[in-house]
Amino acid sequence: MRHIIAILMENESGALSRVAGLFSARGYNIESLTVAPTEDPSLSRMTLVTSGSEEIIEQIVKQLNKLVDVVRLMELAEGPHIEREMMLVKVRATDGEAREELKRLADIFRGRVVDVTENTYTIELTGDAEKVDAFLQALPQTSILETVRSGVMGIARGERALRL
Amino acid sequence: MPVELSGGEIIVQFLRDEGVEYIFGYPGGAALHIYDALHGQQDIRHILVRHEQGAGHAADGYARATGKPGVMLVTSGPGVTNAVTGIATAHMDSIPMVVISGQVPTGVIGSDAFQEVDAVGITRPCVKHNFLVKDVRDLASTLKKAFHIATTGRPGPVLVDVPKDVTDPSVKIPYTYPASVSLRSYNPVTRGHPGQIKRAVDLLLSAKRPMIYTGGGVVLSEASEVLTEITRELGYPITQTLMGLGSYPASDSQFLGMLGMHGTYEANMAMHECDVLFAVGARFDDRVTGNTEHFSPNARIIHLDIDPSSISKNVRVDVPIVGDTDQVLQEMLRLLRSGDRHPDGSALKEWWGQIEQWRSLDCMSYDRNSELIKPQMVIEKLSEVTGGDAYVSSDVGQHQMWAAQFYGFNKPRRWLNSGGLGTMGFGLPAAIGAQLADPKADVACVTGEASIQMCIQELSTCLQYMLPLKIINLNNRYMGMVRQWQEFFYESRYSHSYMDALPDFVGLAEAYGHVGLRVERPGDVEGALREAFAMKDRLVFLDFITDQTENVYPMIEAGKGHHEMHLSPDRELA
Repeated sequence: MRHIIAILMENESGALSRVAGLFSARGYNIESLTVAPTEDPSLSRMTLVTSGSEEIIEQIVKQLNKLVDVVRLMELAEGPHIEREMMLVKVRATDGEAREELKRLADIFRGRVVDVTENTYTIELTGDAEKVDAFLQALPQTSILETVRSGVMGIARGERALRL
Repeated sequence: MPVELSGGEIIVQFLRDEGVEYIFGYPGGAALHIYDALHGQQDIRHILVRHEQGAGHAADGYARATGKPGVMLVTSGPGVTNAVTGIATAHMDSIPMVVISGQVPTGVIGSDAFQEVDAVGITRPCVKHNFLVKDVRDLASTLKKAFHIATTGRPGPVLVDVPKDVTDPSVKIPYTYPASVSLRSYNPVTRGHPGQIKRAVDLLLSAKRPMIYTGGGVVLSEASEVLTEITRELGYPITQTLMGLGSYPASDSQFLGMLGMHGTYEANMAMHECDVLFAVGARFDDRVTGNTEHFSPNARIIHLDIDPSSISKNVRVDVPIVGDTDQVLQEMLRLLRSGDRHPDGSALKEWWGQIEQWRSLDCMSYDRNSELIKPQMVIEKLSEVTGGDAYVSSDVGQHQMWAAQFYGFNKPRRWLNSGGLGTMGFGLPAAIGAQLADPKADVACVTGEASIQMCIQELSTCLQYMLPLKIINLNNRYMGMVRQWQEFFYESRYSHSYMDALPDFVGLAEAYGHVGLRVERPGDVEGALREAFAMKDRLVFLDFITDQTENVYPMIEAGKGHHEMHLSPDRELA
């Protein structure tokens, strides 16, 4: 089962390595992990996507809570929530027809071309992981030069909020 | 006006203000400013070990014997890497410890400077928490946090890494002792959930075949007294893990002995057959549970522990209670005494009848008429000679199990051993810590000729500080537990488990300035022990030449259930 855990932690050097180290030391999976400071610069917010049986997820949550730097956490998938991932993809776009086609595809997926050269487009795309995957599959495979994905970040819908 | 102090002076003054009696350490370049600040002051005694592993275990032994945090001070690089075994040992057994390590100056961190290692990175998986202090203004508050984290909740070691420029004697800042600390991200639960406590009491009282199983958490939270009261109030049988020994008196008839891989027949069978199991401050370690699929198959389980992550980690439980063992047991005792329900007397009588039948097998019997010294006999005599009241540290292996099985600990904090990590070399330095904590007490280090050599250099420390330990070396010329496993599981192929070229331990003890005695005949064991313990101001190294073929029984093979025990080569269960 896929789980999304949102973590509020002290924005201190080493905090990220404590989380990553916990996962490697105990043999848990990390599918993706994103982290950045919040509006309160003393706190970082992390979104961690993992998978495992109910027992393993229960242990992961307990072990994360045990880390001294972890202030609070929330399992997003327990309730309604929003997931987003951002991708930048650089594609070869040389002749006019290919450029047209790539632009159309980007529009269909509500992507934006954010950089243009004679031979390339760089497209920015935001969505849940499934949509990002679908866009990648829709692109002509030989045209892809480079992709970079932010990893999933998430937030609960409605009143439920992860804060101090 | 607050005093103006340098970083090195702040560390020393802080430790003084924190009430630290001893620092176990070893100087080196990056720690020299701190050592300079220690020079000449009288409040804190620095114990100079001979290897940083020894500092770790000595601080740990002090903590186990007193309940206070052990403090160690090491330099950067190899000072830290040598300390890691000591830190990991304390971590696995939840021992409160604060490690202060010197680090290369902040300006050169990351440049592969001389004696540089990433101390915070190296120790991260084996500490409760760690800190790198980059600014002298953060030093006192960080040290306060370190002591707070190390000693509260589930205790553990905390490392504070201090770069050399942070202790620079020319940079002085105002210092005041930070009396309190608050961490928004760290608030361990201590009070148990009242509803869960009530459910636990109800379940306990509904038992027909109850069993109490307790671990090191009872020792750590000073809950022995209330555990003893509650166990007697209920009249239920009790067993303890290796880490829990002493927190319920071994001499009491309700005590079934240790459980697990080398536990007693009656304890393990009662674990297997019970219908309600009350686990207190124990973590269902694999050496205790054996195969978890066969673990207490008919029992409903109550689990009380301060660490939520210990609950339902290895075995699913029915009534979890997160809280401080002492506080929750007090609450349970109050409920038991104020309610009108009582244990089921007739069911209990039948259950005890069954237990006595198991007990009558006398599972720990050994050949008392042997012409060779039986290690079990040495421990029994040690217990006799010391009135069962000594601090006993051990190393790891067969001798450790025999000490656990045969000494009969009646008080908590008397039995000091590396249960979780299983660290050979622990015994001697841990005994140093205990002797310093209680200078007049009898302190014995039960060890073997393999383990003792892993930290033998600390004999020199013992001379320097005049520590009159008694070293009980069960010398069977083998790494006994390795040999035992090779005999059982590798068709007696004794691959590299024979200790060849052993030193003359008597001569070695004498070379270090101590007394050495070799004992080769069973008839001389008691006399030698009495002679040694009569020497109140000398360390005596007793080298007992024991039966090489003796094995630790009973034994449950790894991965088997509690009901699948071996009793001895001549006595197998049907």
